[in-house]
Amino acid sequence: MARASRTTPRPRARGAAPHALPKVTTGISGFDDVTGGGLPRGRPTLIAGGPGCGKTLFGLEFVMNGAVRFGEPGVFVTFEERPQDLALNVRSLGYDLDRLIETRRIAIEYIRVERAEIEETGEYDLEAMFIRLDDAIRSVKAKRVVLDTVESLFGGLSDAGVLRAELRRLFGWLKERGMTTIITGERGDTTITRQGLEEYVSDCVIVLDHRVIDQISTRRLRVVKYRGSSHGTNEYPFLIDRDGIAVLPVTSLQLEHKASAERVSSGLEWLDQMLDGRGFYRGSSVLLSGAAGTGKTSLGAHFLSAGCDRGERALCFVFEESPSQFVRNMRAIGINLERPIRQGLLRIHAARPTLYGLEAHLATMHREVDDFKPSVVAVDPVSSFMGGSAGEIQSTLIRLIDYLKTQNITSLFSHLFSNSADGSDAQSGVSSLMDTWIVLRNTPGSANARRLVIVKARGMSHTAEEQRFSITDTGVTADSSMAATLSAPRRRAARAGR
Amino acid sequence: MTRARPRRNGRADGHKEWILRLYVAGHSARATAALANLEKLCEEHLAGEYEIEVVDLLKQPQLARGDQIVAVPTLVRRLPPPVKRIIGDLSDADRVLVGLDLRPKARRARQRS
Repeated sequence: MARASRTTPRPRARGAAPHALPKVTTGISGFDDVTGGGLPRGRPTLIAGGPGCGKTLFGLEFVMNGAVRFGEPGVFVTFEERPQDLALNVRSLGYDLDRLIETRRIAIEYIRVERAEIEETGEYDLEAMFIRLDDAIRSVKAKRVVLDTVESLFGGLSDAGVLRAELRRLFGWLKERGMTTIITGERGDTTITRQGLEEYVSDCVIVLDHRVIDQISTRRLRVVKYRGSSHGTNEYPFLIDRDGIAVLPVTSLQLEHKASAERVSSGLEWLDQMLDGRGFYRGSSVLLSGAAGTGKTSLGAHFLSAGCDRGERALCFVFEESPSQFVRNMRAIGINLERPIRQGLLRIHAARPTLYGLEAHLATMHREVDDFKPSVVAVDPVSSFMGGSAGEIQSTLIRLIDYLKTQNITSLFSHLFSNSADGSDAQSGVSSLMDTWIVLRNTPGSANARRLVIVKARGMSHTAEEQRFSITDTGVTADSSMAATLSAPRRRAARAGR
Repeated sequence: MTRARPRRNGRADGHKEWILRLYVAGHSARATAALANLEKLCEEHLAGEYEIEVVDLLKQPQLARGDQIVAVPTLVRRLPPPVKRIIGDLSDADRVLVGLDLRPKARRARQRS
């Protein structure tokens, strides 16, 4: 095909790319973290996935966030959904598309090619599409472009050779213009996209996946390629909720968080004394395991309540009871959680564990933590998630724990033993992740007498002896023998810490 | 192809049964060929009954949106209804005639698909 007559204005190509690829913030929760800053600036990114995987939403969020939050106007080219449907979609995310179009921050270009309405005869090219895109880009001074889903052209036009050549030219053209572009594509059977678009996009390729396993829907995002940038090869679970897409970052292998020397109270003076006299390290993770009825939830409530008493925010995830049930039960043992809730210091998030998959839960928890910014978090119980494989649970828990650590959030996870004997595989898998592991046991033959032992507590000299305790209407109290088990220096330290 | 003026042929009142619009992008060889092919065909089959309007999208980019133009050249039959689109340089006269509904579809349209 003759290209000599090409007269579309082509701006100068940008200078040589600097060594580190500059990136554009997408504003999509978690995504900028996992990619070390977002999408490659001024380059095309391919987002591939099956129907309903969230491609369009990803593109919409990218453009909307650009226009509203980052001062980068955008053009959304839709080949499938009508503009009025898009407007409805983004309204549910809290964006007013019509207003953004009016104020020239967003342009929507609806390109519809209906094969039944078109006769083809002789040579053609897609210059008209370039002209339309160029016009739209100029009209809003766009920096971001989304093509959703450009592969639809293959359904409308029959000359695949021309289409391929023109798409290749289009991606190059967008790059020359410095547009940060998202191209969405349908997942193919043997290739990443049905039309092999990945061949033309060399900088960044992302695959979105939506699987239903055991009737539980799980969404995953995979960075297949990201040139000039380090990225995890892991799959990242993500969630689509009322706020749009939230990607759960995997920060597990970094272990970069700063360990705090500060201590926080467990909420129980006697337990603090057993922990070096000063309680947990701030930003550490605590596993509290035991059979049913050993007092895990009660200890968790003390921990949360103590956080609120210090004026800190506390976030609690409960998976086996409703927030009001939880509050009522704790009131019965003398722990007042209503006051901190009223004060806005305590938030209780309840969900049925079976409602979503493990990863979706973790993504939700991630988002809640981001939103509420607590300094203490309790999860009751983490064993609700044991539906998944041990490896899966461990890897997702690592993500959550490490995320909490990077935020310097002290976290307490309760864990239900399937029977009173300890040491099953799942438990050891979880406990190895934790800084502190406390095991609770019932005392045979005694209804209210329970025992607590600190199995491990990293970085401190904890009491190794078992401590008997009871759950009374004034909370969890140590039985009197406690004082005798404490050495003198620990008692001093305990007093000094208070 | 700089002109966007209508070419008038035929009846004195200027009212044509056939209104055809050819979208092109600049003075390409393909655009010139498409117009020549179209004029030839119209003279043979629609003498006096047609009007051709040429739109250069480089000059009037906003017109591409209304007629959903993606490829160039694209010929749009605006009248008589329904609207028809034919893309390409119109080098295959038979196909153009089918596309414009100037030939019974049954005979030729099967070639495609």
